Order: sequence, then structure tokens, then C-alpha cells
Amino acid sequence: MATMRTLVQPVDAATELRRAGANVTGRGGAILHAARRHPLGLLGFLIVGAFVLVAIFAPWIATHDPLSTNASASLAKPGGTFLLGADFMGRDLWSRLVYGARISLMVGLSSMLIGCTIGALVGLVSGYLGGWVDLAVQRVNDVLQALPLLVLALVMAASLGPSLVNTIIAISIPVIPNVARVIRSSTLSIREMPFVEAARAEGMGEMEIALRHVLPNTLAPVIVLATAQLGSAILTEASLSFLGLGIPEPYPSWGRMLSESAAEYVRTAPWLVIFPGLAISLVIFGTNLMGDALRDILDPRERS
Amino acid sequence: MPAYIARRFMLMLLTLFGMSVLIFVLLRLMPGNVADILFDASGFVDPTERARIEAELGLDQPIVAQYLHWMGSLLQGDLGFSYVSERPAAEEILPRIPVTAKLAGLALLFSVVIGIPLGVISAVRQNTALDYGLRLFSLSGLSLPSFWLGLLILMGFVHWFGFIPIYSENPATWGDAVLMYALPAAAVGFRSSALIMRMTRSSMLEIMRQDFIRTARAKGATEGAVNYRHALRNAVLPVVTIIGIEAAFLIGGLIVTETVFNIPGVARFLVEAILWRDYPIVQNLVMFIAVVVVVVNFLVDMLYAVLDPRIRYSD
Repeated sequence: MATMRTLVQPVDAATELRRAGANVTGRGGAILHAARRHPLGLLGFLIVGAFVLVAIFAPWIATHDPLSTNASASLAKPGGTFLLGADFMGRDLWSRLVYGARISLMVGLSSMLIGCTIGALVGLVSGYLGGWVDLAVQRVNDVLQALPLLVLALVMAASLGPSLVNTIIAISIPVIPNVARVIRSSTLSIREMPFVEAARAEGMGEMEIALRHVLPNTLAPVIVLATAQLGSAILTEASLSFLGLGIPEPYPSWGRMLSESAAEYVRTAPWLVIFPGLAISLVIFGTNLMGDALRDILDPRERS
Repeated sequence: MPAYIARRFMLMLLTLFGMSVLIFVLLRLMPGNVADILFDASGFVDPTERARIEAELGLDQPIVAQYLHWMGSLLQGDLGFSYVSERPAAEEILPRIPVTAKLAGLALLFSVVIGIPLGVISAVRQNTALDYGLRLFSLSGLSLPSFWLGLLILMGFVHWFGFIPIYSENPATWGDAVLMYALPAAAVGFRSSALIMRMTRSSMLEIMRQDFIRTARAKGATEGAVNYRHALRNAVLPVVTIIGIEAAFLIGGLIVTETVFNIPGVARFLVEAILWRDYPIVQNLVMFIAVVVVVVNFLVDMLYAVLDPRIRYSD
């Protein structure tokens, strides 16, 4: 009977308790427990952590100056002094990838943080106040969500002009409505909870209630959403730079490395196509794994 | 229901109006206009010549007047002229739409055909090695940028067959035509297939926990009948939403994929027009994309009510 297997699972009580985390004490214990229950999440965390370390210690990890050109090394093959080969201008690919981690993570993290902070505040105000404010915010969200993320970021980036800061702004704006929508809906339900009423009965001001009682209770979905947005922000930066509307020279951006006549390098210098793409994919893969595990841990409704 | 549809329709118009204002203002914020770009190419700026071009294109008028002029002609079906080619914008945009539409349709077909069965298998075999493998597969689909996947496909072609499939308007053979569309469609559809697979899996798992599934099992229905006749039928509903939304969002992936494969579709054209500050093309194209997205979302909402008789929209 194949179905019996799912109905009766003999597990002794001690194992069951341990699996549920009964012996977990303290914050360190909780983290260890989560890591053991979500090995893929741990893997994602390690991948992203490795990229963060590479970005921080880039000057020590890189073997060359990522910007110095060398005509004699143009399109040098991987191996020798050029670990992963060199690009058309003779710049060392490994060093450019290492420094590229700084750009990718910085743009990803800052657009995610800006987008999530503004989005959370907008969602909180809109859900907490309700009325015409809520209505207006929702209509603006409708407009911002009526374009695919990349199209909106593309138009934003083009109208702001190419620079590092403008790319960050262009990527953070499409994040705002996504976050605002989620925070608004959780604010709507938290607003009606007895503890909010209790705070009000105590004479606490509306502003203080919103910030000290409602906002902290919406943080779990924000964290889940923020991790997901981190991956998509990194991807958007890569796509914008690939299209020539993202990070300008001289910053080494992974996306732009792929745009520089990549279609031609497919034939002549495959390493210039393989490694930057691998770096982008790996860091996004890591954030996705991390995001999945965080969702399982923090958002019990989504648990499977 | 009719009241709901009417209200939903009004909101849709409001969103599109907001979008038109947003796009218009953003484009006017752009540093430099087409006159700058034209002069950039020639290397010197003649102020009187520049003023003449701006006056000719109406760029010297107040922004509100420019907006009203655009909306007025748009509503009459007049999209204006491309600044770059000086041909009617409609003539530039319309012939490129079928190319992109074919790609998007094929990519969507690809993602449904792959995503739904794999999602079902993954759910039915939950927590087995197969499930873990499929989940990693779908996660990698969400992680690979489609332009890189496209480049890898091209690289594979060079390596194994010694050539790159090139887009042509009139492919010589039927096989060429399939290759020409199937490769970019696969590159851009991989992400959607991963998304659909995840959605199918979690939706299946949700349904398989419910009482009527246990009832079906207790009646002695076979595994296959339970999984496909009972579970999948009910699990497919949220997947339809994702497919609808993904259909519109494929445009984002197509922008980069058309660039990689050098396909003269409407998505790549948007990037070219942005780089050239060709306002009539950009603003009309972005409006077109917004209309597609908003209308698809509207239709998906309606389809939802048709597919699930329990959902009845009331005001």
C-alpha cells in the first residue's frame, strides 16, 4: 500500500521534538537549528557571503589593476598571468570580475535597501491611514506596476542619464510598489489587532503606534521580499549594463562585460562570455536559495 | 459582476492615463534630445539650426501643450513620425510586433509544456531526490540571465555545428524558420518555465493536503487518478494567473534576447529608440507595452471567474 506510507510514519518522540527545535536555546542555537533544517538556504548564504568577502577584499584577491590596459595581452587566453584570460583591451578578466562583485553587490544592495525602505513606509502609511491617501497610493502603484520591471528601469535609467547613482535610483523605483503592496496588506490586518487598540487606549499617538507596534510586525514579509528583490535588482543591473544603459565606464560591471561585442566573442574568446555570466548567475542563485529558506522560516503561511 | 467589470475597466483607463503622464514627463527629463544626438554625430552645434530642428519637432512648445498634442493624435490613431527615420512611427512599430509576438507565444508555449508537468512530478514526489533535482533546476532557471543563456546557446552552436543561426525575414527552409525562433524562445522561456514549475508545485502540494484528496484515496482511487483527475485540475488555477502575468513580463526578457540574437523585433527597437532619443517611438512603444500588460491582467482576472465558479466578483 503506497498510500499507507504517508499516513503512518513511525518517528519516536525525541526525534520529533528535536526536529521541531525543542532543544534550541539562544539566538546562536536558533541560527544553527535553521541552518540544519535548510541546507539549501545555508548554501545560498555561503555563496552570497563568499561574494561579499570577495567584494570587500577585492584589492587583495585581484591579481591585476582591473582598469589598466595592455595592448600586447589583447584577448589573451586563460592561464599564465591571466587566470581567466584578458579582454580586448588586455585587461585581466579575473581582476575585473573581482572588482565587478563590488559594483554588482553595491548596486543590488543599495537599490534593494532604498526600494524596500521607501516601499515599506509608503505601504505602512497607506494601509494605516486608509482613506484618500490609500486610494492615491494604490493608483500610483498601479501605474508603476503596469510596466515590466526591466522596461520601467530602462526608461528611468535613460531619463536620468548614465551614472552609478542614477542606475541605483532607476532600479530601486520599480521595487517600491512591490514592497508597498505587501506591507499595506499586512498593515491592514495588524491595524485591527487588539494590541493596537490597547496602545491607543493607553493614549499612545497614531504615529508612535504605526512605527512601534505595526511596523515591526510587518518586518517578516519585508525581509522575505527584500531577499527576493536583491536577486532581481542584481539581474536588472546586469541587464541594463548589457544593453548599454547601466553602469558607465570605467566601473567593471559584469553585465557590460557581456555586452562588449559578446556575440563576436562567442566565436573568438568564449572565456569573455562564460565567466561574467557565471558570476551573475551564481550570485543570483545564492540570493534565491537564501530567499526560499527565509520564506520558509519567517512566513509560516507559505510553508510547504 | 457587470458593476465589477465596469469599475475594473475604469481603473484600467486611469492606470493608462497615469502611465502616459509618467512616460511623457520621464522622456522630457532625459538629458539631451534628438537634436543633441544629431549634432553629436556631426561634431559641431549650430544654435540657429538647432532651434530650427526643435521648432520643427515641436520641442520648443510648453510641455503641457506637447502632451495634449501627443494624446490628441494618439487617440486619432496618429503616432507621429520617427525623428530618426522620418517615417510614420506606426510604420516603424507595427511590422515589428508580429516578430516579437511569435517569439513570446513560442516562449510561453515552451514554458507551459515544460513547467506544468515538471511541477506536478516535483509535487507528487515531494522530498525525494527527483524533487530536489527539479527544484534546483527551476532555481537555476530563475538565476540565469536570459541574455547569458542566449549567448551560451550561440556558443554551443558554434562549437558543435560551426555556425550561428541568423535571423532572416524569409527563411530558406522550414527548419531554418524553426531554429530561428525556437532558440531565442527557449532562452527567454526557460525563466518562465521555472516560475510556472514552482507555482505548479506549491499549488499542487497545497491541494494534495486537502480533505477531498484523502477522500478520493479512501475510496480506492488509483494514485494517477488522484494526482491528475483530482489534484491537478484544482491546482491549475493559480498557475493560470502566473502564466497571464508572465506573458506580459516576457517583454522584459525579450528586450535582451532580441539583442543577443539580433532579431528586429519591437522589444529591441525600444532600446534603439531610447538610445536615439526618438520620443515618438519610445512613448508610443512604452504605452503599447503598458496597454498589453494592463489588458492581460484584466483578462486573467476575468478568466479566473470563468474557471472557478466559486469566484463571483461583486462590488
